[in-house]
Amino acid sequence: MTWLDTPARRSAGLVALGAVALAALAVAAGIGASGLGLGDLLSGLRGGGDLWSRGIVFNRLARVLLAGCVGGALASAGAAYQAVLRNPLADPFILGVSGGAALGAVVFVAVTPTGMLGGELALPACAFAGAVSTLLVLFGLARFRGRTGTTALLLTGVVLNAFDSAIIQFFVSTGDPARFQGTLSYLMGAMSSPSWRALSIVAVLTAAGFGVLLGHAHTLNLLALGDEEAGQLGVPVERATWIVVLAASLVTAAAVAFTGIVGFVGLIVPHAMRAVFGPDHRFLLPASALAGMATVAAADAAARTIMAPAELPLGVITALVGGPFFLWLLVKRLRDS
Amino acid sequence: MSAPALAFRRVSFGYGRAPVLVELDLEIAEGTIVGVLGPNGTGKTTFVRLASAALRPASGGITLFGDPLLRLPARARARRVAVVPQETHPVFDFTVQEIVSMGRAPHLGAFGIERPADRAVSRDAMERCDVSELAARSFRALSGGERQRVLLARALAQEARLLLLDEPTAFLDLKHRLAVYDLLTRLHDDRGLTVVVVSHDINLAARYCDRLVLLRCGKVAADGTPSEVLRPEPIKSVYEVDVDVRTDPSSGRPFVIPLSPR
Repeated sequence: MTWLDTPARRSAGLVALGAVALAALAVAAGIGASGLGLGDLLSGLRGGGDLWSRGIVFNRLARVLLAGCVGGALASAGAAYQAVLRNPLADPFILGVSGGAALGAVVFVAVTPTGMLGGELALPACAFAGAVSTLLVLFGLARFRGRTGTTALLLTGVVLNAFDSAIIQFFVSTGDPARFQGTLSYLMGAMSSPSWRALSIVAVLTAAGFGVLLGHAHTLNLLALGDEEAGQLGVPVERATWIVVLAASLVTAAAVAFTGIVGFVGLIVPHAMRAVFGPDHRFLLPASALAGMATVAAADAAARTIMAPAELPLGVITALVGGPFFLWLLVKRLRDS
Repeated sequence: MSAPALAFRRVSFGYGRAPVLVELDLEIAEGTIVGVLGPNGTGKTTFVRLASAALRPASGGITLFGDPLLRLPARARARRVAVVPQETHPVFDFTVQEIVSMGRAPHLGAFGIERPADRAVSRDAMERCDVSELAARSFRALSGGERQRVLLARALAQEARLLLLDEPTAFLDLKHRLAVYDLLTRLHDDRGLTVVVVSHDINLAARYCDRLVLLRCGKVAADGTPSEVLRPEPIKSVYEVDVDVRTDPSSGRPFVIPLSPR
């Protein structure tokens, strides 16, 4: 059963979680290989400190904020996919949506001249196109007759991921090596400091997609019962499903465009939040977003500091934790059924 | 004269190639309690799914309180007709309270926020269905009978004028079977609700319904008051079983006793 069992307690829990997320962002912004801390950041924000340390802490702040956006985006997208597909094992990475978005981004890099104007907008647009085309295939193959079987869903995700990475490898091996220098680490979710412009684009896209999801939170509760019952309870099923899936893919694409593939966040975070807040998406979605922010900001801080001065790709950390967690969930699910 | 609550006009439907309903004509007058009977596979559940727009007819038309069913927006439709399904399997661990309050969905505004009035309706529905004590329990952990009462409460919370029930008493013990039919009768008497019950339980249906419709192979085989429909010949032709029909002395309704085949 859930820990927080009344709306009042859940609301209080959301407020507490918001404070935790803020604290996690602050702590993450305060640690790094340079040894500069929160104090340097705060004085930098007031215009103090030298140019060099200000550059470092501002870059770090941008990176932490990007990590927060990515975490919030992936976790809320995971929660939405799980409800629409009626499968608690769904996640943007496992479904292949992240891979599709990465493919879109790599295609963009392959075909556009370097330094093209507007690239910071076109990149997420290409990622979105990649994410949506993956979803079309996924829905076409796996989502027939209402409830999607776990096996069909997972197999489709595996195949789509393999297919997308094959095309990515094709572009990388035939393209200009200089252009694809960072692609390998991109595929492992290498976080780096974004430009403020890129950060604001990710933030706006994530906020917009999340707003749409939150507006459909109650609809997600009904869709989780099945298309037929949702329809009988007044949901325009087809339209609502499309809106939710497109919004979830938009936030996934925004997250993937500048950071690459960060797996399992959309699986672990909603699962943990469901145990605390219950399955009502009116609470689950904001809780997942906040917890996702905190989790990815913390994971990124770990990626930056564990092997300092070297960095681990963020996706390595989330996969090391998420892989075993996924297997545990899968075994539990297979045993139950 | 007002439009019927539900009207099927020459409605045909099949899953794949096999026809299930064949040019079915059926009108349900507003304010009646109608039992739909028939053996397995005669299209009873299909009838419920068509009447709630979960399926689209292959041909023919369905109207709901005079308006074409498929032209009504989903919310408006759900405010007119509520369905109690045979079973439901939510993937997530919703509480009884959460499941029942989902019945308010077609009445909620933006962001699905419930007002105190909505919560009052859900509470009242739970009390009527005797599930108030289960409110905080996990729906998935309930027994089959408890689940059915919760689904009935959800349908009541929907406050629709037409209630469709698909075998509402299949998993219920005797006490709760009677309680469900008593409740349906009371809702009919107090609120003028129109009730359509799909059932296998001929005798309970005969005791509580104004009208019985006997389906066979997707067509109406017999239609009328319980004493008109429950005669040995139509039952024999539909169920392929010989029966003895008596009169229940307490209700004056017909009572069917199946005879084992020799």
